[in-house]
Amino acid sequence: MSAALFEMLLRLGDNTLVLGHRVSEWCGKAPVLEEDIALANTALDLIGQTQMWLGYAAEVEGKGRSADDLAMRRDVWDFRNILMLERPNLDFGHTMMRQFLFDAFHRAQLAALAQSSNPRVAEIAAKAVKEATYHLDRSAETVVALGDGTEVSHAKMQTPLDLLWPYVGEMFESDDVDAQMAAEGIAPDPDGLRAAWEATVRDTLSEATLTVPQDNFAHKGGRTGARHTEHLGHMLTQMQWLQRAYPDATW
Amino acid sequence: MKPDTDTIWAWLDEVPDPEIPVISVVDLGIIRDVVWDGDVLEVAITPTYSGCPATSIINLDVETALRARGLENIRLKRQLSPPWTTDWLSAKGAARLGAYGIAPPSPAGGPKHCPRCQSAAVEKVSQFGSTPCKAHWRCLSCLEPFDYFKCI
Repeated sequence: MSAALFEMLLRLGDNTLVLGHRVSEWCGKAPVLEEDIALANTALDLIGQTQMWLGYAAEVEGKGRSADDLAMRRDVWDFRNILMLERPNLDFGHTMMRQFLFDAFHRAQLAALAQSSNPRVAEIAAKAVKEATYHLDRSAETVVALGDGTEVSHAKMQTPLDLLWPYVGEMFESDDVDAQMAAEGIAPDPDGLRAAWEATVRDTLSEATLTVPQDNFAHKGGRTGARHTEHLGHMLTQMQWLQRAYPDATW
Repeated sequence: MKPDTDTIWAWLDEVPDPEIPVISVVDLGIIRDVVWDGDVLEVAITPTYSGCPATSIINLDVETALRARGLENIRLKRQLSPPWTTDWLSAKGAARLGAYGIAPPSPAGGPKHCPRCQSAAVEKVSQFGSTPCKAHWRCLSCLEPFDYFKCI
């Protein structure tokens, strides 16, 4: 097996798993019914993508584990998602700002992965990029509508932008895994995605009359597994409780 | 005796989509291939959306329908590439969607008209609707809300 390929697939699948779970936490209690349905559908797309990434990761690993095993039977230190996605939802503004900042990255990343030299990676990405494009349409529209809305809604988007900005840098971090994947033509070097991401994000934020923070300090450690925030552990106790309490439960 | 694949396509055209029962799984464009591999019938199915919960029900319905016709050796294959697009929705399927009250996908990015009163004065309520494949729109003439089959 290729250890680097496995690691890369975990990073992809854990990003969609953790964000998908976070977004699903809104189900039944979003501010309005239409947003509730939109959030649930977004979560569903992300969980579907997770099944494909982690399913392939499990095959590559070759130890007889399944996508479910990887999702439900690893603990915090084995997760490889970026820190921004494990942050609690806080309010609707924070949820949508996080979605927007990630969607813009996700679409660029998947578009590049659709050209992967690995046919399995390419076909999953070609499928997922359509969904990510749709997610970005919606999250960008919401960021503009609320940012360029009332004084209150503007503040409710500026505050999460300031909170989340120190987390965006991790999306573009590169290490040995990325270097190997890039050299084999399997995945783009994340650093190379930053310029296009910035262009998209800055355009939308400017239309939303929001101010982009100047500081480029980046919290990191999630995608390498070095250090997660305290929030992921709490989230996993909810997400994984059934398999923890009743291992091998099926229905 | 093995039925020919045209016959099997016709049988599959009688299997309704579980969420939108007026169209068949063939109308939806998700049956990508039907081939005999020796004595095993292989049916390639592509998912509409990655997380669509109907996917596993569709597989079950396809298998049940083929078994009811006496086929026993069936293999269902998930085919991801090329990814599903609404361009594969059949003309028959699109017409039936409209008659059912769901505006069919349109390359313009929104419904051409209200599926009930045919007015072109329509507006989007939400990009997402009751299932992953639909968006929520409203007619400004008859004031009825309606589903629009998203174009991807």
